[in-house]
Amino acid sequence: MKDFLNSWGLSLAVFLPLIGALIMLLIPKAREGAHKVIALATSLVVGLLGVLLLTNFDYDQSGTLQFVVDKSWIPLINSRYIVGMDGISLPMIALTLLVVPLCIIYSWNHFPEPRNPKAFLILILILETGMIGSFISQDLILFFVFFEVVLLPMYFLIGVWGGEKRQYASLKFFLYTLFGSALMIVSFLALYFLSDMVNVGGVMMHTFDMRLLPELATGISTGAALWIFGGMFMGFGIKVPMFPFHTWLPDAHTQAPTVGSVILAAVLLKLGTYGFIRIAIPILPHAAEKWAPFIGVLAVVGIIYGALCCLAQTDMKRLIAFSSVSHMGFVMLAIASLTSFGMSAAIFGMVAHGLITGMLFFVAGSTKDRFHTLDIARLGGMLKQMPHMGWILGFSVMASLGLPGLAGFWGEFPAILSAYNPGGDLSVTFFRVLMVIAALGTVLAAAYLLWLYQRVGFGVPTAEFEDDPHIHDVTFTEWLAWTPMLILIVVLGVYPNLIFKVTDGAVGNIVGAISGHGG
Amino acid sequence: MVQSAISWAPSPDTGVDPLLASLMTFAWQSPSIDYHALAPLIIVAATMLVIIVVDAFTGESSRWTASSLAGIGLLASLIPIATLAYDGTSRVLFGGAFVVDAFSLLLSALFVVSAYVVILLSTNYIAEGDYWEGEYYQLILASVLGMMVMASARDLISIFVALELISIPAYMLAAWRKRDLKSNEAGMKYYLMGVFASAILLYGLSLIYGITGSTLLAEIGPKLGEAISSQPIVTLGIVFVIIGFAFKVSAVPFHMWAPDTYEGAPTPVTSFLAVASKAAGFVALLNIIFVGFYGRHDVFEPLMWVLAAITMTFGNLVALRQTNVVRMLAYSGIAQAGYILAPLAVAGVSLTAGGEALRAVVTYLLIYAAMNLGAFAVVIAVARKTRSGEITSFGGLFHYAPGLTVAMTIFLFALAGIPPAGGWFAKLEIFRALTSAGTTSGYVLAVLVGINSVIAFGYYGRLMRVMWMDEVPDGDRTPIRIPASILASLVITVGITMLVGILPSVLTHFTDPISLLSIGR
Repeated sequence: MKDFLNSWGLSLAVFLPLIGALIMLLIPKAREGAHKVIALATSLVVGLLGVLLLTNFDYDQSGTLQFVVDKSWIPLINSRYIVGMDGISLPMIALTLLVVPLCIIYSWNHFPEPRNPKAFLILILILETGMIGSFISQDLILFFVFFEVVLLPMYFLIGVWGGEKRQYASLKFFLYTLFGSALMIVSFLALYFLSDMVNVGGVMMHTFDMRLLPELATGISTGAALWIFGGMFMGFGIKVPMFPFHTWLPDAHTQAPTVGSVILAAVLLKLGTYGFIRIAIPILPHAAEKWAPFIGVLAVVGIIYGALCCLAQTDMKRLIAFSSVSHMGFVMLAIASLTSFGMSAAIFGMVAHGLITGMLFFVAGSTKDRFHTLDIARLGGMLKQMPHMGWILGFSVMASLGLPGLAGFWGEFPAILSAYNPGGDLSVTFFRVLMVIAALGTVLAAAYLLWLYQRVGFGVPTAEFEDDPHIHDVTFTEWLAWTPMLILIVVLGVYPNLIFKVTDGAVGNIVGAISGHGG
Repeated sequence: MVQSAISWAPSPDTGVDPLLASLMTFAWQSPSIDYHALAPLIIVAATMLVIIVVDAFTGESSRWTASSLAGIGLLASLIPIATLAYDGTSRVLFGGAFVVDAFSLLLSALFVVSAYVVILLSTNYIAEGDYWEGEYYQLILASVLGMMVMASARDLISIFVALELISIPAYMLAAWRKRDLKSNEAGMKYYLMGVFASAILLYGLSLIYGITGSTLLAEIGPKLGEAISSQPIVTLGIVFVIIGFAFKVSAVPFHMWAPDTYEGAPTPVTSFLAVASKAAGFVALLNIIFVGFYGRHDVFEPLMWVLAAITMTFGNLVALRQTNVVRMLAYSGIAQAGYILAPLAVAGVSLTAGGEALRAVVTYLLIYAAMNLGAFAVVIAVARKTRSGEITSFGGLFHYAPGLTVAMTIFLFALAGIPPAGGWFAKLEIFRALTSAGTTSGYVLAVLVGINSVIAFGYYGRLMRVMWMDEVPDGDRTPIRIPASILASLVITVGITMLVGILPSVLTHFTDPISLLSIGR
């Protein structure tokens, strides 16, 4: 078993969804039932494979890559098919493998217009391939390919199944990300040419191998390194998204179909932060040190700006989208602190945000299904009309604002704390100021989230929806899709070590080269 | 290899006037001909003659044979190309004027395969449009013959002859829809601009000959590079030659003919012009720059930089505003020409950078052919139903032709350079060539290519949006019947595009050994 997983586990996890999609391509569109079953079965098999990988993972060695496969891919440029999983990618992979089947279950009975489950589910499976591929790639070009593969299905999910302004939103999403990745690939290539060569079968060649690059890139001059980091910053920062590149996010989230929003929030945004943790900082630690104050400021501006925007929103989904900007700001602040503690906090924050915001988007989607509007002013009395849904919304809101005992707390609190004692040569005073401002952000978060809940959950239903027969409480498929996420939010809140234990051994590698990184 | 050819040519040490000496040599010595090396050309030429005969002596009922014969002839010519490639030795003929090596074989294969796909696309179009069939395929083959000569030509005169052999049939093909004014305009415009470009090119070539006293690129290279380095006339000659080819590859500001010609010409001919003919122009440029002008990179590099930058930016910006899909593809092709020119702007920094640039350009040409021909195949298939080239006529294509929509989406993503469709690797090679030079100008151009890729998605994305997200304009949702020949061309192009995108090593296996730099500098 272990041998099989070692050589095939990760590759199967990446490409099985694609095989499922190919099978679905061959089945006529009219057989919707078959499509749903195949898509769900594929994602469950991949999930099961994920469970096997997780149980066979050596948690004492979470700092070293496991299940590594290293095969020739493009020998001319010495780009290889290298995949592996360590304590940093493991939580992300687990999150992906969990969210995709839940999204398929959730879609079971309500595919957004224009329906077409075949195309919809095929796109979700392709998306899964791209997401898992990005998290396990250990070669820059391979990473880039998967990073881009994610774009296509999301573009169509938003553009075809989205809301009224879907075309604008999908194109904006695509162009922003494409701009970032174009600069990113130039950075990757500059890194490739400027770093030292390695011996490949007797010939000295440059390499894209992420495992070797931190050492090979030490010779790059400071000026060049700053530029290269800048290119990566654009690529990853737009994806996160960081202020001021966040403007694609509210549009994309608001217009995307529910499942699209959930995957976007739960996994896609994390590709950006993951890129910083996995690629930009370990390979160019000293450039990262120079960039960190700048990133820190943008992160804090994002926290406050996102929160203020939330207060001004009249649309529930848009509000949640802006709360994403704010929450990802905490993650970026933790990353900018450049300490191993900060990196752990960031990874926890990524998982927590994925679960909680994903959950909020699920609830928002279900609300939209019933009320055909997300205008906060027209909603109200959810607790009266649909008590279960109301409680789930309340629970998610509490988790999102960082209530201790739920996952959100461990996403926010350590992130703020990490700025108290930044690593390297970063100015302590400066980061403490950022910390104080970020802490204010949590107050604002409580304000906008509780205000949202008051307006939507409390009170009495508005007259127009009072006797609407379409409005019913949480359905069976919704329970099925939501329960795992709700449970995980509690479990991670009560026992955060579940993630910290995994990341602990691995985060040291990220900031290892930065002097005097504290705890 | 090629050095042997140089020593064969008359040496200036003898004191005899070199021109006279070469004339004398030619008068007395008949070159030994390597028929294996010429076999691909002979097969294509013979096929052309067979078509003429068959066309002349058979009736209306057997007109269809022309396209089949042309297709079979092209596929047959792939056999000697394959055996020559397997053999692997570089063959030098006619005193160094004609070279058969990895580079020329790879590009000959490209020309043959693209022409084969064009013939597949033409079959129904030409037969149903009541056009002359026999002549059409003869002219296509004549043009391909010129391209294959171009891939091997290493001599100013053979390059010029090859260029005219490519162009003159193409002028006629562009005007093939003779009852349509737009097609007449297309042919006329193409002809006038083409002849003008030829004149400029010829003037440039004569200047180069005047300075170096040789028409052999392998001799021109060292002479241009060393002795007469600072004469302004060298610059003038190089600039004129490059401008002559800039017309051919439709680089801005020498692109004016392209959109009108592309729109007016029969669409299969457009695809031929946009892919094969353009690639031939690039091949000539590569030959001349890498073998002849390489020593004078101080002249051609800045020129290429500016040409590449303007071409891609202008092409993309204007493409954004197009409402006709063929014109959009024309401007997209102009922008793509800008990307292809870009590596030449850093080709002279070092021999390594030169090798990377050459490989990048060839890789791009190969992938560009597959994805662009594929896009034209879809356009032709859709136009069979909608009888329109407007972008709006693609509305809701996904609802009644999902297969064509997916194929077109793959080609558009490939053209936009987004993995896993093949174009990403082409663009990566461009980026890699630009960054490998390690110069600021290289990095700036790389960033410019990056920004342009984003602009380009504006129009590729819009066409996708129309296909996937818009409503069917006239509500007519009857499925499109795709003729077998177009289906075959789609299978070929989709297959190549996706295969290269997922396993680029399939392609690098062929591009790795090519080199033109063994001579020159």
